[in-house]
Amino acid sequence: MKIKRYLFGIMLTLLLGLLVAGAVSAQQPTPSDDQVNAIAKQLYCPVCENIPLDVCPTTACAQWRELIRQKLADGWTEQQIKDYFVQQYGARVLGTPPPKGINWLVYLVPPVAILAGAYVLYHAFSAWKRPIQKDNLQPTTTEPPAETDPSQDEYIHRLEEEVRKR
Amino acid sequence: MNEISTNPTEKTSQRVLPRLGRILAWVALFSLLVVVAMVLLQKQQGPVEVGQKAPTFTLTTFDGQQIGPAEMSGKVVLVNFWASWCKPCEQEAADLESVWRYYQPQGDVLFLGIAWTDTETASLEYIDRFDITYPNGPDLGTSISQAYRTTGVPETYIIDKNGNLAYVKLSPFTSQAEIKAAIDPLLGP
Amino acid sequence: MVANLGYATLVITFLVSIYGFVAAYLGVRRNSPALVDSARNAMLLTFPLLSITALSIIYLLVNGHFEVQYVTEVSSNSMPIYLRITALWGGQAGSLLFWSWLMSAFASAVTLRKWDRDREFLPWVILVSLVTLTFFLLLSIFVENPFVSFWQTPTGNITTAMFQPAGTTLFIPQDGNGLNPLLRHPGMIIHPPMLYLGFVSFVIPYAFAMAALITGRTDDRWIRITRRWTLVAWLFLSLGLVLGGRWAYDVLGWGGYWGWDPVEIAAFMPWLTGTAFLHSVMIQEKRGMLKQWNMLLIILTYDLVIFGTFLTRSGVLSSVHAFAQSAIGPLFFGFIGLTFVASLSLLSRRWNDLKSEVEISSWFSREALFLLNNLLFVGILIVCFWGVIFPVISEALGIVGQSIPALAGVFTGQKVTVGPPYYERATAPLFAGLLLLMGIAPLSAWKYSTFKTIGRAAWKPFGASLLVVVALLLVGLRSWPALLGYWLCAFVAFVIIYEFWRNAWSRHNARDENLLLALWQLAGKNRRRYGGFIIHLGVVLMALGIIGIELFQTETQGTIPQGGEISLGQYTIRFDSLSVFDTADGRNVARAVVSVYKDGKYVGELHPRRDYYYESQQPMTLAGVRSTMEDDLYVLLVDWQPLSTAAATFKIYHNPLVNWLWLGGFVFVLGTLVAAWPAKEPEMLVASRSVPEASKA
Repeated sequence: MKIKRYLFGIMLTLLLGLLVAGAVSAQQPTPSDDQVNAIAKQLYCPVCENIPLDVCPTTACAQWRELIRQKLADGWTEQQIKDYFVQQYGARVLGTPPPKGINWLVYLVPPVAILAGAYVLYHAFSAWKRPIQKDNLQPTTTEPPAETDPSQDEYIHRLEEEVRKR
Repeated sequence: MNEISTNPTEKTSQRVLPRLGRILAWVALFSLLVVVAMVLLQKQQGPVEVGQKAPTFTLTTFDGQQIGPAEMSGKVVLVNFWASWCKPCEQEAADLESVWRYYQPQGDVLFLGIAWTDTETASLEYIDRFDITYPNGPDLGTSISQAYRTTGVPETYIIDKNGNLAYVKLSPFTSQAEIKAAIDPLLGP
Repeated sequence: MVANLGYATLVITFLVSIYGFVAAYLGVRRNSPALVDSARNAMLLTFPLLSITALSIIYLLVNGHFEVQYVTEVSSNSMPIYLRITALWGGQAGSLLFWSWLMSAFASAVTLRKWDRDREFLPWVILVSLVTLTFFLLLSIFVENPFVSFWQTPTGNITTAMFQPAGTTLFIPQDGNGLNPLLRHPGMIIHPPMLYLGFVSFVIPYAFAMAALITGRTDDRWIRITRRWTLVAWLFLSLGLVLGGRWAYDVLGWGGYWGWDPVEIAAFMPWLTGTAFLHSVMIQEKRGMLKQWNMLLIILTYDLVIFGTFLTRSGVLSSVHAFAQSAIGPLFFGFIGLTFVASLSLLSRRWNDLKSEVEISSWFSREALFLLNNLLFVGILIVCFWGVIFPVISEALGIVGQSIPALAGVFTGQKVTVGPPYYERATAPLFAGLLLLMGIAPLSAWKYSTFKTIGRAAWKPFGASLLVVVALLLVGLRSWPALLGYWLCAFVAFVIIYEFWRNAWSRHNARDENLLLALWQLAGKNRRRYGGFIIHLGVVLMALGIIGIELFQTETQGTIPQGGEISLGQYTIRFDSLSVFDTADGRNVARAVVSVYKDGKYVGELHPRRDYYYESQQPMTLAGVRSTMEDDLYVLLVDWQPLSTAAATFKIYHNPLVNWLWLGGFVFVLGTLVAAWPAKEPEMLVASRSVPEASKA
């Protein structure tokens, strides 16, 4: 009788233990979702355009995320995983074109164009700049003496009234 | 409004600069239109058409085999693009395998399965599930599908013995008879 | 029957439109005011006609006439009435017609204004407007006809045609496919109309610009006429963009508001040149300079609108937003060619007539700073345009590479993605530069300012902004981009407040007016200036929100059983329950209840949902969001693992300061309304005075 109860106790404990172990392991797969997302964020779905891998809802994307998880579990580094994706699915999985061949233009054209624009502006300024005429231009501050302001305002106000009346 | 520049040198420099600017503007506009036109035309074109030379490629199968133009020459080649996550592909998978077993002994027909943007594990599982025996491999870098300008899966392209595209199917096959009807005319004498 | 009515009015409008621009052209050629008036009436007529067309479609949608193909595509029995109405712009055919309807509304509104002073503009404005309208109607009639119906042949095949083919009978499906679930959101209801309003209304300033170029009236007149139109067009475009961002945040489920998707950028580009235009036009009004540049900007804005629409709808760009590919691509391309070539030719022809006596006296004058502002906006435009067009160029060169094997190595034609990292890194310094300018420019004067004069004006706001930085450092903020960004925001905000305060105070002193009243009167008399300040304040608030979410967003994801918890920073959520049920309108809903704890204290309950629409087989995630001005806690139910009451996967985003973005948007719109509000009396042109610069607009 005692032995039976004893055995029963052990079985129960073991079962409970398995249950707890099971629950715990069901909670956070390793590598964790966050680790997968950290890499998936930087990759783009090869099928649906311009959607990052971590938010793409399709079955294919789910498979790719599991692939990332698997590779992470195997000990691959982030760069290795990215290279693998590029090899498998092409350069479009990366967020920016890899700087090879004509893709260099992506990174070169905007700064060159903006600098060219800045140069044009500079050139135009130099051509347009006239020496300051001392007589008709006073260096004006934007801290106008508050006293003159209201009187001028008053004047304008009265002028407006007059014109309105006519 | 209408400003007349009195200085002659200023005038010529003004005329030269606008001319250069004008030329640049027109060239830029023209190139933009040409580029857009080219891509538009290509998108309108759709997948590779019957009669055209089929794009060549080399497929590395999941077993590590290399199948290239040498292995494909002189044979009728059926190229099938599929993916494990593609539900319509499953409809034709069994039929394709059966028709392959029918033609295989003859030796002059080759079936190639190209897994498009798929993961190796899932692809192998798919191949296992339908007991597929013809060579299958991943579309590395999606280069093969880009060459054929596919727009999705499943799509099947049948190449005749001379390397020209003879048949295009942009949806799943509905029966084995349909597949055989496409291949038989190409077998020749 | 209603479909036939709609189609008939569509065709009639098309013919009226053609008559209109032909009559306008002949009216000028033959110097016949009668013909021009006739053309004007034609333009006026297009609106009531197209209203009937649009109402026909709405009628068909609301009453579920599924024999019409478009109705089947976008509507269904389970959709509520208001969604059926908004389905008008839910698909390509309907949205094109909606576009035409809006365009006819604007064209008619322009027709109704007093034309006495600007008679020579009228025929050309009519011509440009009606040619554009004709093109869109052409697309609707011949390529994307919303009234096409289903017909069944005796053999059982279903075909689509406008008019009954011989031997067929009308085929009426039981139900439609329904609107894309992503579009069934309040934001989605207003976002497309606002965006289309913004796009379409830019045609008016463009038409006037073209008229000015054609007639040779290259003075300010066209700008003065269209000043309010441009502001209103810009307001709609801004609103459309902000609403799009809000919709993306609420419904797309990735905790963000802007994805740098090519279609988003296509709508953003005209906004950039439009904003540049709004600023540089002030230089033309104040100093008579930059006429060529302003003309170029408005042409560029409109051309970008058309180009953007083309990119979205032609299939050239692949994007989540893009409509399905159709035959309108080549037609649209032809229209673009026509528009671009005509614009460039006219501009080229009148280039020298637009020259003006240009004089910039100092590097820090307001003109100079506005020009710098333009440079930055155009810089951002270049970044965006290049990012959008590069994949297209790469593909085109790939085609070249295929035909010329020697180049195939370089021109691989391999598809590439130009994504957010590129845009963010390239535009961030440019946006920072714009923020800085927003702070400095109000302090500079027209014609002459030096570093000293600006410094004298700026030291108080500058000092205050430095205090803010010190405060942030004391609180523990170490990220230098954030410190720089917040400093800029503080600086601009203080400059604006300072300007308001200074001027209101001096007015209050001078007139003994209550301070608030002084403020009100000030803004009233100088709507553009003070409206502009409010707009800038709105931008600062938006920048605050953007910096918060972009630099400090954190996320986490995990699968937890019922009763389990996930933590992110100060927050913890506990999975309380999950209910899964079907709804009356055809979806399966999985609704989770989570409790939110901040620093251990209970702060509320959230209900993240996953809806699955049976008819379109599409899932949609709706986040449970706890919003405060400090941050958003954004909880999503994701189905990486199958959802069940045993365990569910949650993804949590923490978005600091994001609600300042929406608040800023609201202030922004308010500011634009102030700036655009018509003055009660005609604007007084005050004679120039040598008073110390108070810079009234």
